[in-house]
Amino acid sequence: MSEAATPSRRRLLLLAPLGIAAAAGAGFYAMLRGLSTGEYNPKGVPSALIGKPVPEFDLPPLEGADRPGLASTDLRSLPRPVLVNFYASWCVPCLIEHPQLMKLAREGVPVMGVAYKDKPADALGFIRKHGNPYQRIGVDAPGRAAIDWGLYGVPETYLIDKQGIIRWRYAGPITEDTVVAELRPLLQRFA
Amino acid sequence: MMKVLTMLLALATPALAAVSDPAEMLRDPAQEERARAIGRELRCMVCQNQSIEDSDAELARDLRRIVREQVSAGRSDAEVLRFLHDRYGDFVLLRPPVKAATLLLWGAPVIALAGGLLLIRSSRRRRATPVPAAELTTAERARLASIEGGRDA
Repeated sequence: MSEAATPSRRRLLLLAPLGIAAAAGAGFYAMLRGLSTGEYNPKGVPSALIGKPVPEFDLPPLEGADRPGLASTDLRSLPRPVLVNFYASWCVPCLIEHPQLMKLAREGVPVMGVAYKDKPADALGFIRKHGNPYQRIGVDAPGRAAIDWGLYGVPETYLIDKQGIIRWRYAGPITEDTVVAELRPLLQRFA
Repeated sequence: MMKVLTMLLALATPALAAVSDPAEMLRDPAQEERARAIGRELRCMVCQNQSIEDSDAELARDLRRIVREQVSAGRSDAEVLRFLHDRYGDFVLLRPPVKAATLLLWGAPVIALAGGLLLIRSSRRRRATPVPAAELTTAERARLASIEGGRDA
């Protein structure tokens, strides 16, 4: 260490904590911004199934719903991408997202339902009361098929492309913003 | 002493009982022990910083049941872990595999240690360097001489 270099080095060392604080601040700011715009979700862990074919499953229909059950074979080769939505009558966020599913179904997007850990009568009551957006409904009372999908909880929605590959997973209630910002572009891309 | 121990044990037991419902347990104690060891490696996805063995969440209970089913079906530890890793990704493993995406996570302690060592080294070196005595100017030397001269007199 040369004597002449000492003061400038010391000044650099003094600036180092300031630099670290500035970097941490910038990172924190980016995180907060991401949180407010919805770009960053601290709980959003990517699904392990993205890019993979739908798992094997075969669920019985919901009696009284007048819709067939849901199995992996129904999601293998499709005329257009479909949504698979896990719901339950006991799930409040499911109620929140329900109007979005109804809207998508009215527009002709095929929506498949899985009644997750629900009494059939309650799952039926839910769609009787709020409307049925589902073309098919599978009953997963023990929640076993859901684990093969890597499900965390309800509601959860998956986009399956025409070849039966999982392209997108959304955990939590779908909002209008989700539909506009994420779902519509994806539906177009995989159409 | 014995009394204190018994009391502590009594206090500790309810916490253990809360997560291991006897109905869930495997009859073979060796298999149950294996299932627990596997469960302790698996994150409860909805509570995040608990293993599925420590959590009373519904999903954790389902995963515990699956682990036990597979253990009693004779699957190896690695096979059971792979089954859940295939479905839930790296996040389900409390000890995620080392790869590009987890490099920073695993490297953080090394980086922190290296940073600390560098800091210690630089502060030691600075202390070791003697502060060079500043040269006195002619005026200062004259004033010093006058002070010293005054004291002598």
